[in-house]
Amino acid sequence: MRNFAYQRADSVDAAVAAHSGQSSSFVAGGTTLLDLVKLDVMQPERIVDVRSLPLYDVERLDDGRLKIGAMVTNTDLAHHPIVTENYRVLSEALLAGASTSLRNKATTGGNVMQRVRCPYFRDGVSACNKREPGSGCAAIGGLNRSVHAVLGTSDQCIASHPSDMCVAMAAIGATVLVSGPNGEREIDFLDFHLLPGDSPDKEHALEADELITHVVLDAPIEGNRSHYLKLRDRASYQFALASSGVVIATEGGTIRDARIALGGVGTKPWRAQRAERSLIGKSAEQASFQQAAELAFEDAKAYEHNAFKIPLGQQAIVRSLTTVTA
Amino acid sequence: MSDYKHGKIIGASRSRIDGPKKLRGDAPYAADHHLPNMAHAYGVFSTVASGRITGIDLSEARAMPGVIDIFHHDHFPSLYRTPSTFKQENKVDETRLPFEDAKVHYPGQFVALVVADTFANARDASYRVRVDYEEDEAIATLAQAMERGEPTPHADSGHTRGDPDSAWSDAPHRIESTYVTPMETHNPMEMHASTAYWDKGDLVLYEASQGVVFARNVMAKVFGIPPERVDVRSPFIGSGFGSKLWIWPHAVAAAAAAREVGRPVQLVVPREEMFTTTGHRPPTHQTLRLATDANGKLQALSHDGINTTSMVNTYVEKTGSCTKSLYACPNLRVSHATLPANHGTPTSMRAPGAAPGLFALESAMDEMAEAIDMDPLEFRRANYTETDESLDLPFSSIHLMEAFDRGAEKFGWSKRTPEPGSMRDSDEIIGWGMAACNWEALKMDCDARVSLRADGTAFASCATQDIGTGTYTIVAQAVSDITGLPLDRIEVELGDSSYPSGPVSGGSWATATTLPAIAQAARNAIDALKTYATGDGGAFSGSEADTLTFADGTLSDGNGKSVDYAEVLNQLKLANADGEAHTPAATNDEYSFRSFGAHFVEIRWDPGISNLRVSRVVSAIDVGQVINQTTAANQVEGAIAMGIGMALFENTEYDSRSGRPVNNNYAEYLVPVHADQPEEVDVILLDHPDYAFNEFGARGIGEIGITGLAAAVANAVHHATGKRIRELPITLDKLMVT
Repeated sequence: MRNFAYQRADSVDAAVAAHSGQSSSFVAGGTTLLDLVKLDVMQPERIVDVRSLPLYDVERLDDGRLKIGAMVTNTDLAHHPIVTENYRVLSEALLAGASTSLRNKATTGGNVMQRVRCPYFRDGVSACNKREPGSGCAAIGGLNRSVHAVLGTSDQCIASHPSDMCVAMAAIGATVLVSGPNGEREIDFLDFHLLPGDSPDKEHALEADELITHVVLDAPIEGNRSHYLKLRDRASYQFALASSGVVIATEGGTIRDARIALGGVGTKPWRAQRAERSLIGKSAEQASFQQAAELAFEDAKAYEHNAFKIPLGQQAIVRSLTTVTA
Repeated sequence: MSDYKHGKIIGASRSRIDGPKKLRGDAPYAADHHLPNMAHAYGVFSTVASGRITGIDLSEARAMPGVIDIFHHDHFPSLYRTPSTFKQENKVDETRLPFEDAKVHYPGQFVALVVADTFANARDASYRVRVDYEEDEAIATLAQAMERGEPTPHADSGHTRGDPDSAWSDAPHRIESTYVTPMETHNPMEMHASTAYWDKGDLVLYEASQGVVFARNVMAKVFGIPPERVDVRSPFIGSGFGSKLWIWPHAVAAAAAAREVGRPVQLVVPREEMFTTTGHRPPTHQTLRLATDANGKLQALSHDGINTTSMVNTYVEKTGSCTKSLYACPNLRVSHATLPANHGTPTSMRAPGAAPGLFALESAMDEMAEAIDMDPLEFRRANYTETDESLDLPFSSIHLMEAFDRGAEKFGWSKRTPEPGSMRDSDEIIGWGMAACNWEALKMDCDARVSLRADGTAFASCATQDIGTGTYTIVAQAVSDITGLPLDRIEVELGDSSYPSGPVSGGSWATATTLPAIAQAARNAIDALKTYATGDGGAFSGSEADTLTFADGTLSDGNGKSVDYAEVLNQLKLANADGEAHTPAATNDEYSFRSFGAHFVEIRWDPGISNLRVSRVVSAIDVGQVINQTTAANQVEGAIAMGIGMALFENTEYDSRSGRPVNNNYAEYLVPVHADQPEEVDVILLDHPDYAFNEFGARGIGEIGITGLAAAVANAVHHATGKRIRELPITLDKLMVT
């Protein structure tokens, strides 16, 4: 860790003002940032602590949406009664992530900003276009079994997005509220994370010095059942090899509405909209689920060691759909 | 043979006497020592796997706040290597000293050391040291090593009897299989750490160590000073699993830096470098050939193992160490060979040799049983022997058949249907597998001291260690057994090289080595007490010492007079009555001493989501007398957890292009977590004392539990899926139905 200037902000405006350009980082729970600073992968000169900002509320809006303060911890959000009742997929996704002690520290805003687990990004030395644009991608042709994607990759970067929470939010539908030097604005959750393309260093839609203040979940789909299924080598404390967050509403055995998002397999929280559409109006049965699963991975591209993620991701979809429609 | 009856304290269940200290934070670990004026060191580690340092630019680092000095190969005191012999108790696995020269032999090798006033300043400055390398092509994996070189054989650890190759070719039933195990890293929770200071030419080193005596002797050799001038302290360690048996470069670096800067220096090895510069279990490639006659009797068995070692030292993973004597077989060969790779030097990891070796042997036994259509347990029973055929000596005590019987009964093995995939539970396929376990029983020389003190307590000391296993507690139990004092009146100190010389905590030999010395020291202390008591002014003045008896803390003369020993000492104004003792390494040469056991494992495979879990383990373990039921069962349970990690998860991966490890952290190097523990773990301790081995009849229990476990899992996986996985770990992608 290189030494840095530290400043605690007591208002959103003060936080935004204190955060000045490339050499600054916001810190909340610190579960990503402090790791990467210790590894010398991130080298902020100034850290603005936003933990004491008044962004701790979970509030149901008049239109039925749920407004979540950026500082709400993963633990608190997972156990919030509105979440457990209306957004089960989110609660399950949060509890499938990290460990209790990390969830107690990690925040909603911070989790949205979580960075990738690619070892070639984190070693500070290997070619990595995310860390050092133009240096190449050591993950391609390297060891890319566990934390590398098969969807949304480019020849510049194949790191998978590590968050479980974001997968559930992508399935539910959400809006990210941000505040910056030019005031407040809203970003559709599905537009927030960017595909690596030719600029893997550009990971999200935030402009300079913007701070996430809230995530607003769409109103729950009437009569929905939802579920998050995370598949991995060990039973806990591992990033997903493949995961599936589904929200389904059925009527008389026919699927009326369907949302499917995937984790561990995409370079961003991955919404499988073609797969969703294929389910609408179909009966809730294995053949429909299997077809949706295949559509979800229609454009998948496997690398040296992660081809198994395609069938594994399909299994996650089929089983999670089976579970919520049982 | 013992001349006294063990009281009820030996074999009892007792909580660890050091537990409260650990709970309260009163147990200082190596990096918990914060000495006045102490400086902190942080390493700069090679980012290349092979090559030569061509330049070090310190300008930016030197200018950083708090920096005291920066060491590297052109700026480091001239030191000596240790001769590294076990007999002289100065063994290490990596003899090369840090900063010896500009050569880089492995990634993560120390190339510089920043010493600064604080940990944060040392680390910050370390990131600003610029090192240039001339990089050579590296050998990063076992596969690369096998492509590029011929293995060097190590005949001294091999064994041949009969003619295994001809017997294999001529036998009616035979199999040949190759098994591969990956590099594994010990990953103790506590980081390797050294806190060193020099006092008028004497070195004091707080080291996370499983062997303070060896560590002291090594440091004395390295610095060219008498061992009396070095004190190594390791009263508590956050486990080691073998990685802390011997001194590694960081300890030398810390001690040298402390001498050079004239201040205490603390150095903690970062987690990333605990994968490279403090040892690992090397990857192995093992080829087995088994053949039987028509009745399932083994006729031929060969086990040829290869492992990688470092460029600087040779470490042989003796994968055939159990194979040569576990089963009856007239024609047998085990052989070991090594290949160099650009890794740090390998070292012992819990059950070295046996853990990877029994994965191979006990998988092959399953394959052989299948080939002759025999129940795998029956096949093992059919080849049972009470003779160590490699030494032509009977085993001192073997209860493997009882382990098979009791384990099988508890597990319900008779309900197993042999057809793969034939046992199901809704979405899950159930697999049942078993394997034998095996470990040698060893014992070392040991000294110990026990004092009966005037305050009514006893004090025992020995320069062995408690590495989290319960040694403090069983030493107190041994003192209690001899003196009759309750555990709460017995104080034990271990982990300081200035105490009477004790063994390295490794090889499962600490119990068998330490307890007889402690017991003899306690008896000698009682004798000293009797001498004092019968001398001038003593409570039994005028009596003969040998007419007195000592029981439950009281001296008696047989004529109705009894005096508490504290009173005896206080009457004479004596602080204590001391006993010292030495017990030898030598054992009865008429026997082969080994421990045995059997694991029965249930796995559940859900093919719909490719989910593999170990759901049930029953282990029956034959290690002689159990000293403490609680800590002994805990050792086996921990070994089962570690065995599950070996079977399903653990694998230190190196990038074959860069030669660097890629998963050298606690998130991506997978060890089992709580959620991976089976719902049921039954440990059956057979508890048959082996008095031919030592007076307590104990053979030690630290390692045996991990041996065979991975094979039992692999055999269960085969039973569930029909797939024989011969390369660990057994990850879901190897089993997927696609």
